[in-house]
Amino acid sequence: MAGPPVLRAEGLRKSFGDRTVLAGVDLEVDRGDVVALIGPSGSGKSTLLRCLNLLEQPDDGRIWLGDEDITDPRADADRIRARFGVVFQQFNLFPHRTVLDNVTLAMRVIRRLPRAQAEEEGLALLDRIGLAGRAHEHPDRLSGGQQQRTAIVRAIAAKPEVLLLDEITSALDPELVGEVLELVRELAATTTIVMATHELTFARDVATQVLFLDGGRIVERGTPDEVLVSPRELRTQEFLRRFRRG
Amino acid sequence: MTDTASDWRPSDIELGRRRFRKKQTLRSVLIAALSTIVLAVALWAGIVNTPGWAVVQQSFFDPQTFVEAWPRVAAGFLLNLEVLGVAAVGVAIVGTLVATVRTLRGPVFFPLRALATAYTDLFRGLPLIIVLYLVGFGIPGLQFTSGRVPAQVWGTLALILTYGAYVGEVLRAGIEAVHPSQMLAARALGLSRGRALRIVVLPQAIRKVSPALMNDFISMQKDVGLISVLGAIDAVRAAQIQTAEAFNFTPYVLAGLLFVVLAIPLIRLTDWYAARLRRREQTGAVL
Repeated sequence: MAGPPVLRAEGLRKSFGDRTVLAGVDLEVDRGDVVALIGPSGSGKSTLLRCLNLLEQPDDGRIWLGDEDITDPRADADRIRARFGVVFQQFNLFPHRTVLDNVTLAMRVIRRLPRAQAEEEGLALLDRIGLAGRAHEHPDRLSGGQQQRTAIVRAIAAKPEVLLLDEITSALDPELVGEVLELVRELAATTTIVMATHELTFARDVATQVLFLDGGRIVERGTPDEVLVSPRELRTQEFLRRFRRG
Repeated sequence: MTDTASDWRPSDIELGRRRFRKKQTLRSVLIAALSTIVLAVALWAGIVNTPGWAVVQQSFFDPQTFVEAWPRVAAGFLLNLEVLGVAAVGVAIVGTLVATVRTLRGPVFFPLRALATAYTDLFRGLPLIIVLYLVGFGIPGLQFTSGRVPAQVWGTLALILTYGAYVGEVLRAGIEAVHPSQMLAARALGLSRGRALRIVVLPQAIRKVSPALMNDFISMQKDVGLISVLGAIDAVRAAQIQTAEAFNFTPYVLAGLLFVVLAIPLIRLTDWYAARLRRREQTGAVL
């Protein structure tokens, strides 16, 4: 697609204590891209996502959202985070709010929509995932898959420029994974997404870019076919082999 | 992974950001210091310039009375410490017992449970000072003890009764906040209910409510001063006597200072501990 990248990172580093989790990561995401981050546990996928929207402060490197350097300490981190949507592995819905309140919270607080309009929009979103009828229940009444789809809708309700998905199917029962992936597949057509995932088949179907992370570095990057079908790097091949055998 | 950490040097951009953040921090500290000084000076000037300040200063902050009152008040304060130590142990025992009894299930335990509930209801509702009077003057009135029992013993008992009820409730909240799956996992290993509670659930429960427990402890620490109403010569009572002798309120200020000095390290410790707990909970899932 034309135009400057939506999101760009250069030389990102992050350590926790003496453990280096990101050892210099570069990334470029164009509008409409779906970027899949794959790699073994502890390779830095989640940390990378958290650094991108400043939930973690990187130790070094720069990140641009559009043409704004968001690692500039003068940047307003809350305002920047509002421009990202995030979905976590554990859903993290607010248990004390109804499903509809969860979805409309950001619309009312960040986009400052009046309640009536926010709820109308929220109900339309919930209708899209077939949960409009459960709008006034609390999240604990929903199945894991329904909760995670609600979390996705909550994230896109704020109309983010980039949607970050952090292993969103890893905590789900196998039979609930499909419905969540189906929703992501629908969104992928119109949304810029960066997702950490273990669903390699799904990544191959939906992603425009696949990045293989290992030991805090991007070992290999390319189209899904390049990385997932005919990887050049030995470490990628090993990872895929182990993964398929397991 | 760790090998790359050693030979990495921050980039100029990162160094610039660090300089900027440091400057921001320094600025915030300076502003905070300045506003604190301005407020303190304003308060001080406001108080000192009141018409009655000279008189108040003389009757509350008289250095000579302070020095003269010190031995007696300090000796009384030792009694407070003694009572506090014994009461803390007693409260821990009573609180744990009550919390455990209140979480027992099964109809057999109904009388025990009802008793524990009645106890916490009663003693959380009663003002401490009334408990002190009831225990301190009521129980000796029964005359089942031979000879005179010192007032501080009854005071300690009253403190244990009152604070045991609070701490019992706090602990119960903690026990209920530990996820039921922990109890299940412990029982699945073959532990009895009691041992599961003691080895697995209670330690986690105490950790969860430790800020609240410390809060109760600090609160009790100053309520120890109330045993003076029973006639025990503690710091407050000693100060009262000194005040009556010197016609000067400075001994009260001295006693108050001693209690504050005792409380501050504990308050800081509580803050530090709460912050550590928070950090630990937040670092659970960084990767």
